[in-house]
Parts: sequence; C-alpha cells; structure tokens
Amino acid sequence: MHILYAILIGPFVTMAREPAFLIEVLIGGLLAGVMYSLVALGFVLIYKASGVFNYAQGTMVLFAALTFVGMLEAGLPVLLSLVAVIAVMIVLAFAVERMVLRPLVNQSEIILFMSTLGISYFLVGLGQILWGGDVHPLDIGIPSGPLTVHGILINQLDLYAAIVAGTLVAALALFFQKTRVGRALRAVADDHQAAMSVGIPLKQIWVFIWAIAGLVALAAGIMWGASLGVQFSLELVALKALPVLILGGFTSIPGAIVGGLIVGATEKLGEVFWGPVIGSGVEDWFAYILALIFLLFRPQGLFGERIIQRV
Amino acid sequence: MHSNGGVLLKVEGIALAFGGVKALADVSFDIRKGEVRAIIGPNGAGKSSMLNVINGFYRPHAGSITYKGRTVRHMRPHQAAKAGIARTFQNIALFKGMTTLDNIMTGRLLKMRGNFLLDALYVGPARREETAHRAVVEQIIDFLEIQAIRKVPVGRLPYGLQKRVELGRALAAEPDLLLLDEPMAGMNFEEKEDMSRFILDVNEEFGTTIALIEHDMGVVMDISSRIVVLDYGRKIADGTPDEVRRDQAVIDAYLGVAHDGGKGA
Amino acid sequence: MLYREVGQFRTSYAADQAIFPIRQDRFGMLALLLVAYIAVPLMANEYWLSTIFVPFFVFSLAALGLNILTGYAGQLSLGTGGFMAVGAFTAYKLATAFPGLNIVLVFVAAGIVTALVGLLFGIPSLRIKGFYLAVATLAAQFFLIWLFVKVAWFQNYSPSGVITAPPRAVFGHFFVTGPEALPAYKYWFTLTFAAVLALAAKNMVRGATGRKWMAIRDMDIAAEIIGIRPLSTKLLAFAVSSFYIGIAGALWAFIYTASVEALAFDIDRSFQILFMIIIGGLGSILGSFLGAAFIILLPIFLNNLPDQLGLHVGVALVTNLQDIIYGALIVSFLIAEPNGLAALWRIGKEKLRLWPFPH
Repeated sequence: MHILYAILIGPFVTMAREPAFLIEVLIGGLLAGVMYSLVALGFVLIYKASGVFNYAQGTMVLFAALTFVGMLEAGLPVLLSLVAVIAVMIVLAFAVERMVLRPLVNQSEIILFMSTLGISYFLVGLGQILWGGDVHPLDIGIPSGPLTVHGILINQLDLYAAIVAGTLVAALALFFQKTRVGRALRAVADDHQAAMSVGIPLKQIWVFIWAIAGLVALAAGIMWGASLGVQFSLELVALKALPVLILGGFTSIPGAIVGGLIVGATEKLGEVFWGPVIGSGVEDWFAYILALIFLLFRPQGLFGERIIQRV
Repeated sequence: MHSNGGVLLKVEGIALAFGGVKALADVSFDIRKGEVRAIIGPNGAGKSSMLNVINGFYRPHAGSITYKGRTVRHMRPHQAAKAGIARTFQNIALFKGMTTLDNIMTGRLLKMRGNFLLDALYVGPARREETAHRAVVEQIIDFLEIQAIRKVPVGRLPYGLQKRVELGRALAAEPDLLLLDEPMAGMNFEEKEDMSRFILDVNEEFGTTIALIEHDMGVVMDISSRIVVLDYGRKIADGTPDEVRRDQAVIDAYLGVAHDGGKGA
Repeated sequence: MLYREVGQFRTSYAADQAIFPIRQDRFGMLALLLVAYIAVPLMANEYWLSTIFVPFFVFSLAALGLNILTGYAGQLSLGTGGFMAVGAFTAYKLATAFPGLNIVLVFVAAGIVTALVGLLFGIPSLRIKGFYLAVATLAAQFFLIWLFVKVAWFQNYSPSGVITAPPRAVFGHFFVTGPEALPAYKYWFTLTFAAVLALAAKNMVRGATGRKWMAIRDMDIAAEIIGIRPLSTKLLAFAVSSFYIGIAGALWAFIYTASVEALAFDIDRSFQILFMIIIGGLGSILGSFLGAAFIILLPIFLNNLPDQLGLHVGVALVTNLQDIIYGALIVSFLIAEPNGLAALWRIGKEKLRLWPFPH
C-alpha cells in the first residue's frame, strides 16, 4: 500500500504543494521537447518523401556535431566550419541517394529500414575515426547560467536551443505547406509513381530531403552538443524522437511538433517527481512506455486518420 | 447446379458507408443451398463490399445476416471462416513467400487440432495429422491440375496460376459457402474456360454453394443459377440469367443512362 | 559423392514431409553432428571452444529466436537485448535461490519467464504494426535494462551490478559453470541446447504453426479471413521467440561470460542479433546459424588482419573500422541478396544439383 501511495499519489501531492517548481520543471521539459520535435521532423520529412524509416537520423545528429566540433578543434573559424559541415551533410545526402536508396528502390519498407541501420553504423565508425571517440566540449558562446523570471529558473542554453529549434520547425512546416517545392514533396509522399508521371524528379527530391534532414540533425547536434558535450550518447538522445513519432504519427508534421512537446514535458515530470520513488534514469524509457500505452488506445496516433483497410 | 431450395444465407437491409461515401444502401438478397449465385454490376457498385460484409471483414451499419438459420449483424472474419465461409480476392491475397503446397495447407488450419509443442516435437499426432491433411490437399492439387508448381513460392507464379492456387486454398477449408471475387479477372479465353470448369465442378462434385462476382457477362450467364445486380450500392435487379438479361434497369445501368435525371454520364 | 536426388522417389507424403527429404542432406547432417560432437572438442583448443564455438551457439539461439518473430511471423523487434537480459537475470535469481535445482531446468524456466515477458510486450502487436511495433519493442529494451540496472534485488544486491554464475554441474559432476567448468563441457552443453532447439524450431516452422506465422507475415488480412486469429498467432510468435532469446541470454551469462552486467544486453546487442538474421537470411533456420557465424568471425578476422599484413593498428581504430565495415556490408547485402547467406547456400545447392549440366 505504501508503495502504491508513493507511486500513484505522492508525486501529485508534491506537485500541488510546490506549483512554482512544477512550472519550472514543465518549462524545462517543454524546452527540451522542442528539440525532440525538431529531430522528429527530420524523421517525418524523410518518411513522407521516400517511405524510409530513417533510423540513422540519430546518428546523423552525432555525426554532424562531431564533424562541426572536429573542424573547430582543427582551428577553423566558426562560420567556415558551419559552412563546411553543411557541405558535408549535403554530400552525405547525395551519397545516400546514390549508394543506398537508388539501388534499393521498390524494396520493402523493412529492407529500407535495415539499410538505414547500416548507414548508422557506417557513420558512427567514420565519425569516430575522423574525429576521435572522446567527449568534445562545444562552446558556441551561449551563456549557460540560469535565468530567473518571476522566481522561476530557466536554463538559458535550453531557452536558446528551443528558440533556434522552434524557428527551424516553423520554417520547415511553412516551407512544406506553402512553397512549390513543398507541394512537390507532398505529391511524392502521396504516391511516388504518380509524382514521377507528372514530372517531379524523384531522385533530386530524395537528395534534397536527406540534405534538409542533415541540416536538422546539425542544428540539433550543435544545440545538444553545447549542453551535453559532443559524445556518443547524443545518438540515444536523438532516438527519443522515436516515441515522439509513434505519438504523433510517422507522417504528420503537427504530430511531430505536439508529440515532441508532450514527450519532453512528461519525461521531465516523470524523472523529477517519480524518479525519487522508483529510481533515477526514468528518462531512458518513460517516453517509450508512455507512447506504448497511448497507442493501445489510439493506434492511429494523435493526428492520424482511421485507416480503412481494403481487400 | 442443383439448388435444393433451402436458403443458406440471407442478407437484409445491409447498409455500409466509408466516411460520407455510401457503399451499400438497403441491400437484401438470399443465397440458396447448392446454387451458383452471381453478383454483378458496374465498377464501384459495391460488389466487393458486399462480399466483405458477408465474410465479416466489414461491419455493416445497418441490416442483418442470416447464415444457416442464425441471424447476426456481423460475424468476425475468423468466425465466418469457422462457420464454413471461404473466399478468394479480386487482387489475389496469397501468402507470397510460401509455396503452393503451404498456401493450400493454410486452408486446412481450422481443421487441424495440433499445437506448437506437438509441432516442435513432430511426433505421433502432429506427424499423422500433417500427413492426413497433406493427402486432402494433394487431392485439391490434382483437381486443379497444379501438381508441377507444388513447391514453387507463389510469388513467382504467373497471374492465372495464382488465381488457381487461391481457389485451392479456399477449397481446402471444405467450405459450405464459397465467395469468389472476380475469379476470372485478367484471364485469357482458355484460362477463363478452365476456371469456369473448376467452379462448376466444385459446385457439382462437392455441392458447394458459390457466390461470385464477375464482369464477363458471357461467363456469368453461363454458369450462374441466379444473379443479383447492384448499382451505386443499391440492388436494382434479382433473378435468373434470362430475367436479368431483359431487365430495363440493368440495361440502363450497363449502358450508362444517368441516374440524376438526364445530365448524362 | 554427388549431390543428386535422381532415383530417390518419395512414395508417401510422410517421406516427402521429412525434415531432410534428400538422402545426401541426411548424411550431411549426420556427419555434421558427428563432427560437432566428437571431432571439434577433440581437435579445437580452449580458445576456439570458449571464445568462438560457445558464443556461436549462444548467438545462433538468439538469432533463431529473433528469426522466428521477425523472419517468420514478420514482427520487427528491436528488443532482443532486453529479452536476453530477462533470461540471464531470471536464471541467476533461480539458480541462487534454489541451489539444488538442475541447471538445465533453471535455463528452461528462464526461457519460460522470458516468454511470459515477451507475451506482455507483444500485446500491442494487436493494434499496431510495422515500425510502430518496432518502436514499441524499444520500450521493452530500454525499460528492461533500466529495471535490471536499478533494482538491486535482481543482482542480489551486488554493489557492482555484476552477476556471477554460481558453479553448477550436469549429471552430478560435469561442471558447466563456475571455476571448475571445463571448456569442453561448456561446449557440449551449449551445442546440445542449440541443436535441440534448432530442431524444434525447424519442426515448428515447417508445420502448421509456421504456416500460421508466415501467413500473418505475408498478408495478415487474408490470414484472418481464412480463420487464423491474428492476436494469438502473433503472441505465440512473441512467446516462442522470447523463449529462445531468454535461454540464449541465460547461456550467455552463465556459460559464455560467466559474469555479466545488464548493460551487456543494451540496444547494440539487439542490433547485433538483427544483423545476424539480415545477413544470414530472414525466415531461415540455417540462416540464423550462418549469420551468427559471420558476425562472430568478422571481428576476429578484422582484428587479426592487420597483424597478418604486418601493420600496427590501434584497438580503437579496429573497432571503428568494424562499425564502418558492418554498415557497408549490411547495405551491400541488402542490395545484392536481400535473402542473405541462406539464399546463397540454396542457390549453390540448386546449381550443384544440375552440375555439370547448366540450363
């Protein structure tokens, strides 16, 4: 009974007693959630445009951040490094299209997914051979101390990261909805064959979308790298975008955004309020279990439509 | 074609909609024991939806299904299968990674009593059961003249043969009611002849009641005892081939006379 | 001896349904078993027995388990490592709580417990499919490892979080775990588990159970319409698969490494097993073994290659090179032969059957 109270009721009592602290935790979680939204968006774009469940998205975050840090450490100025990494990510997009997607065209989704596991391993090995496997500190000049607003502490680094990520998310969402290229992308997402038959160049679209996903990964890598240091575990942090995807649906942009916020907020709440009761490190799995339970009740995700099966 | 008059299945007032689109509206008809019942109609008339309702894949929004004297709104697909309803699909639904033999063997699954532990040991009952069912399946393979492709994965077979294997899988269940969704679609003349012969043989030799959807009017008029005609989700005619052939509503539907008062089609 | 089946007529369905209908295959299998049970332990040194053959059998079992779920029943799982951990820690708790319990029974019980956990995490497969399910299995992976790291009861409150297998013997005094265990005993022990369970798996997948799984894999809607219950079929696949994986985890912890911590079963382990079945062949019993052999031998080959060539390369570089080569190999395999090594083997056999008359 005591343990049930501690798990089911205790944390809520704590929350009610200290509303300011609750808000602080919530804000911290939401700010972290914006980053998840950003990475999840990278997944969604690739899934929509090429039908590939890109497991390597997390590795791309690590690889981009490693490359950026590596260039800085080699003495390149920040701006030049940034341009160089962007170039690297674009080259990567070309390479992926040419060497993986094109030969595997028309293969089943599971084969394509497994090929991204291959890409992921390749990038991890390559990144570490080129730039070493240690933890690289990354300072991009954002003040990292806490900021106090009405007595509520907010981590400045998180705030800046959320602003950058939020801007990128908004820009991508707008781009996808409003521009001509965006329309072409949506056509490809709907039906590859039909899109090709109206003259949309599929291969260029793939390169383009993988390059965009690479840039998203770079932004996320820099922001996370600045707060955690550039290291292996970034890959796992980026994987948190996966439960975001099952909450929001693999093809829904609003789903990725809202799902990211939900995951960010709830896992922080879980860690802070439930962690002391059931053990720390709840963040490792909280989002996954949450998404799993959610799916049992709403398998189509937050914004997905009910699927009508036909035979 | 020896319909003995008893009603095997009766659908009454069936309605079905997807989102706002009506697929079926107030459809009623019956299927008698031992007959070959055809469902025809232009594209989008709701024929496949009707079969999907009968074997439980779609849940109708209104109406009832009476099968072997029991009336229900909806049967789950595996309940329908258990009750002796088997079917084939318009776009072949075979298990592509499995051989012809294994595909047809899946049709026997409902009649097999073993479990995974017996299977794992492959002793006594599991072995005897496997062999006994294999013998039944081999008869079907002989009947359909597909001995040569017994151990070929069906994904590699040409279309016409796949249709035949699918019929074999349905037959393996020894169904009381066999639903065939366009069994001859995309076939050439000889293949259609073969398929028609198989269908009639099944009906006559095993006494299986058959409901089929088919577009080839020649075939339909030839092999069916009675025909129900659907158009835009409604039943517009029901009767023997001769009656249906002369029905003005049917002629209009096939010739594309407009439904909404003369705007043309 | 030529690989021909000319003149071998199967005159009954039972003969045609035999596990190896062709005589050469039967002799081949018998010879293989003789070599495995007698020749290898006589000829191989301790290094080969303990660091190559024992992990080979353990990995093969795990790959078999995953192949049942993913290759045969079509349910992609990324939680293999987590389930191996369940097997390992259950075996540990049982062996330490009931010192008198036969070690074989301990392992079987560990498999059964893992099967129940697998059932639990398989329940979402009713509502969700494909990648959604794959992500859901990640929930199992991360949650289970967290559980075994954080809850000290599972490790009998060992301060380091490491569990060490207590010494246990089979048939009275043949120690297979603990300091007195001989490599040859460990070898025979794991070999027997692998052989018996592989036979059981082969029987299941070629029988009614396997046909249900493959039907669900190939087209779940059609399977349901011919009367297969999707949930119970999928859950059975989860349970059987987890049983195999759980035993593999227990063998790993007790026989192969002798002491282990939960992090040895992290997500990288899951991927390692997944690579085995991709490279070996999805939906193939033989492929599970071939894939396991490949993934075990590759790093050994890569480690020794620089020395053979007279180069001196750091350990870190070799590890990273391995990652690159894994990655490249997986992509190349998927492009060249999506059906894996097992398909190459089968094609080879078909060629041999017609040799020397190509058609």
